[in-house]
Amino acid sequence: MKSGRLLAVILGLATVALIAVGTIWPVSTAVAYAGGQGLFSSSSTPEQAVKNLGDEFRLREWSKAYENLANKNQFSEADFEHDLTGYYPSLRTFSTLESFGVFPLHASADSADVRLDMHWSTVVGTSNTTRNLHLVKTGDAWKVEWPLFKEPEVPPQVISEDYLRWDVIFRGPGDDWATQNVDSPHITIVDMHPVQRAEGVVVLGEILNQDVVPAYVSVSATLLAKDQSAIATESCFDKISHLLLPKQVTPFLIEFPNQQLSDVSAIRMSPFSSLVSAAAGPVIAINDEHLNPAPDASLTGQVVNESGKVLSVAHVLGTLYDKSGQVVWVVDKYIDRALLPKTPAPFNIPIPEDLARKISSQRTVVASFSFGGSV
Amino acid sequence: MRLHLALITGASLLFGALPGAFAQSGSLSVPGTVEAGAGFSIQTTGSGSAALYIVGPSQVFKQEVRLGGPVMLPAGSITHAGHYLVAVVTPSSKQTASLDVLPAAEPASISFLAEPSRLPVDLRDAITGAAYIFDSYANLITRPLPVSFKLSAPSGAPQVQTVTTRNGAAWVRMNSTPQRGEDTFIAQAGSISVSRSVHQVAGDPCQLTMSAHPSGPQLELETNPVRDCSGNPVPDGTIVTFTESYDGGLSSADVPLKRGIAKAYLPAHPGGVLSVASGVVLGNQIHWEK
Repeated sequence: MKSGRLLAVILGLATVALIAVGTIWPVSTAVAYAGGQGLFSSSSTPEQAVKNLGDEFRLREWSKAYENLANKNQFSEADFEHDLTGYYPSLRTFSTLESFGVFPLHASADSADVRLDMHWSTVVGTSNTTRNLHLVKTGDAWKVEWPLFKEPEVPPQVISEDYLRWDVIFRGPGDDWATQNVDSPHITIVDMHPVQRAEGVVVLGEILNQDVVPAYVSVSATLLAKDQSAIATESCFDKISHLLLPKQVTPFLIEFPNQQLSDVSAIRMSPFSSLVSAAAGPVIAINDEHLNPAPDASLTGQVVNESGKVLSVAHVLGTLYDKSGQVVWVVDKYIDRALLPKTPAPFNIPIPEDLARKISSQRTVVASFSFGGSV
Repeated sequence: MRLHLALITGASLLFGALPGAFAQSGSLSVPGTVEAGAGFSIQTTGSGSAALYIVGPSQVFKQEVRLGGPVMLPAGSITHAGHYLVAVVTPSSKQTASLDVLPAAEPASISFLAEPSRLPVDLRDAITGAAYIFDSYANLITRPLPVSFKLSAPSGAPQVQTVTTRNGAAWVRMNSTPQRGEDTFIAQAGSISVSRSVHQVAGDPCQLTMSAHPSGPQLELETNPVRDCSGNPVPDGTIVTFTESYDGGLSSADVPLKRGIAKAYLPAHPGGVLSVASGVVLGNQIHWEK
């Protein structure tokens, strides 16, 4: 009883002491989030000026960041904000700057070049962007000349569309057990094999929608041991295009972290499909696709939205094949800006260096989404 | 429902706990079998009042009766087919007998499972139909009954098969026809029939071919009307993939069929190789030299 009271007194005193320390010597981040100025130091060096800019981005203080720019007279604050958050709703609109890195490139007495690597947190993972910034010294302070990326303007026009659309009416809940229903789409796995990677086992392949209706598809895999017991079951999250139109093919990649292929005797695949309302559009063309060899192996190209609709999110999936046509790897990337009609948007997807030399060909597909419904 | 179950359980316990007493009691005169839903009578012996119980697999019936005369059960009293226990219980005696209730003779409804609802044309034994025949009280009619199955396409003679039920069910397999369209699949037993729709769709594209024409700085690629190997037009919305490879580069577009053809625009690259495919079907190639 006595020791419990002593413990309570000690905890109380410790709490009071910590509050006092936090009040007298607060960390700069806490001050900044509380509305103070503590996070930002004087822009006495180019690196510090860019760091301050990054902190302002992180706090979404666009006005403050704009005010501190050296070339703010060249564009409006709205243009600046749209450059960072997107003019149209997109992945970037709903992202926050999670972290950033500042890397000096060059400096003289009154100008400097600094690279700013930004890591945005989005609903589908981290999106990385890089800006090379030029800075000038104004008085004692360094200021950033922001390289504004202005969204291309689409000329006003009317574009007619006549996409086919499918809607589905299922059997009602009160219907007799034998009442006819509409069958799920017929899909098939046209290629599948496992590979061993440093991080674990990966099962990859391709799925074809053999039917004449759109399919929502997914696939899971179970690794089986020699005694046919299940080692692990995983499903494909976003290394797949979940909406398949008739005769469309998607790659898939399923990861089994920390598993060894040598322990696996068999793999049980469980493809899943269901009917889904969908439209046969928009068409997205992929131009100038290139497989760039190592070092810095990558798949690059441009996606072009052929429709008249602004597409909020585009997911580029690249299937990489070896000389025999077997799937070697699947890479993907979300384009974090909205796809404007008839406007090319570049993509650059890194390819694992150790696989790059095995790759002989590729096939790229794009899945898209518009706010207000899948398209 | 709970009361129903409680009565069945209670009656079962009551009769199960006193098997010796029933064996010593007098006998009841009941018909060996009756048709579900039909009226019938039970002849009792003795005198005074008693409780009549009729307990079956999914139905229990109770009525206060006078002993020594017939007890009339009106039509609709016992509707569920199965083996029943009949008991007349007084404070001093118990009489028991058994009764089999059979499904009604006339079919009243058919549960017809037709699969699939959609399939490619020209497949053998690809359509299955299974019919279960019930009477008006939803009892499965287990005595053999002829069931006629008819699959009618928009054109051509229908496929007809007559199958006799076994244990209440009859089933068939039928072929999809070479022509696409909405087929009608009918199962008929007696005067009752049920219809289902089977949508026959075109198969994979056959002899997929395209042509290329310059269109400004681009190439206009267009397929011929895409048909399957039976000549049926492949449905609109089917994806056709156009690919152009040139100098290590590639351009591609997944385009849905519109009014039977697919059209795409790709950058014109002299020396490029153009190809077309749909699903696992490859079409022709064009070497673009202009």
